[in-house]
Amino acid sequence: MADGFTPLDRDGMAARAAHDIPEGWVVNLGIGIPTEVGNFIPADREVIIHSENGVIGAGPAPAPDRINPFLVNAGTQPITLRTGGSYVHHADSFAIARGGHLDLTVLGAFEVSENGDLANWARAAHEPVKQIGGAMDLAIGAKRLWVIMEHTTKEGAPRLRRTCTYPLTAKGAVKRVYTNLAVLDVTPQGFVVRDIIPGLSFESLAARTDAPLARA
Amino acid sequence: MIDKFVRSTAEALDGVPDGATVLLAGFGDVGMATALLEGLIEQGAKDLVLVCNSGGRDGSAVARLLTLGRVRKLICSFVRAASDAGRLLLAGRLEVEVVPQGTLAERMRAAGAGIPAFYTPTGADTVLAEGREVREIAGRPCLLEYPLAGDVALIDAWQADRWGNLTYRETQRNFNPVMAMAAKLTVAQTRHVVDLGALAPEHVMTPGIFVNRVLHVSG
Repeated sequence: MADGFTPLDRDGMAARAAHDIPEGWVVNLGIGIPTEVGNFIPADREVIIHSENGVIGAGPAPAPDRINPFLVNAGTQPITLRTGGSYVHHADSFAIARGGHLDLTVLGAFEVSENGDLANWARAAHEPVKQIGGAMDLAIGAKRLWVIMEHTTKEGAPRLRRTCTYPLTAKGAVKRVYTNLAVLDVTPQGFVVRDIIPGLSFESLAARTDAPLARA
Repeated sequence: MIDKFVRSTAEALDGVPDGATVLLAGFGDVGMATALLEGLIEQGAKDLVLVCNSGGRDGSAVARLLTLGRVRKLICSFVRAASDAGRLLLAGRLEVEVVPQGTLAERMRAAGAGIPAFYTPTGADTVLAEGREVREIAGRPCLLEYPLAGDVALIDAWQADRWGNLTYRETQRNFNPVMAMAAKLTVAQTRHVVDLGALAPEHVMTPGIFVNRVLHVSG
């Protein structure tokens, strides 16, 4: 590209987030790019992946000839169970989410505000066809919430904003955002840039962001 | 002798009245009592309130029940715009109450557990809280939620004995144990029938006291 940088693709964003997840954490991965984070956690790093439909210890997708139709993840894709994993019913699965038993939840989003508000379930406040799923429970319960999303919309509008324009999923919940351009922490002082892709300047990143940015 | 087995879907769904609240477990198709749902379509009850995780994909048994106009209200955690449920909703032919998935499960758990109301932080600072009771508890806004009980629950089990003790496979479990406890009439379909005593007591996932009828299905 003209600016001399290449934005991360979906795998790149997922891999970047996976890099920061330490052994031993219990982690819920939302649908979309967050689910792909699991593909980039090395097999020898024991991270326990929770899926909202009652899986503790979700493993990678099976080979096509080993699909078990009874074993799916939150996106109803076939998965495997890691040795040591277990199953719970839905009320217990959301007790895990809501009750603070997750070290980390990773979700996709439309927008995140500088105070950590999350908007990821609707584009209009009173949209009749609502797709909430488990997002609101997952967003409020984890010890930390990370978001993975493109830095801007397809039209170039910033998704990191002073205040969200879309209806909220939860207020003040997001702690970190992984975009295709940068990694940013949400702090009491707003967004702090922790990492930026090669070839992109801080000023160029700021120009693609609605909220002010601080250097780490 | 207690024997909860019935021989047909007609017998399994006998007596489900018009206007009944039907709890249908399942996450996608996994753990959904499809044979019982087809039986409900045959049985003819209408004006139903259907409680189900989602409005279903086109071509599913859920979508068929909806498009037949048999459901007055759908209570679920999400509806796809591009689905029969979404189109019925937009056409004003289906009332839909969208509930966060964890709250949906917990409202049914509360119904089965005799909890008359509870507060949850889920959705308390969102549009879902508009016009509803929100209270600050431990420094956090929390939303008042009421139990969600069923007249009928349709359960998908892996194994069952004549007392109605059930097991589930992998993620087939999902809403099934919670819904089994939350309805006046709980009807289970099972892939396998086992002798009383064959299931290790420690491995029973839904004790038979929560189950009224069991139908053996193939597959």
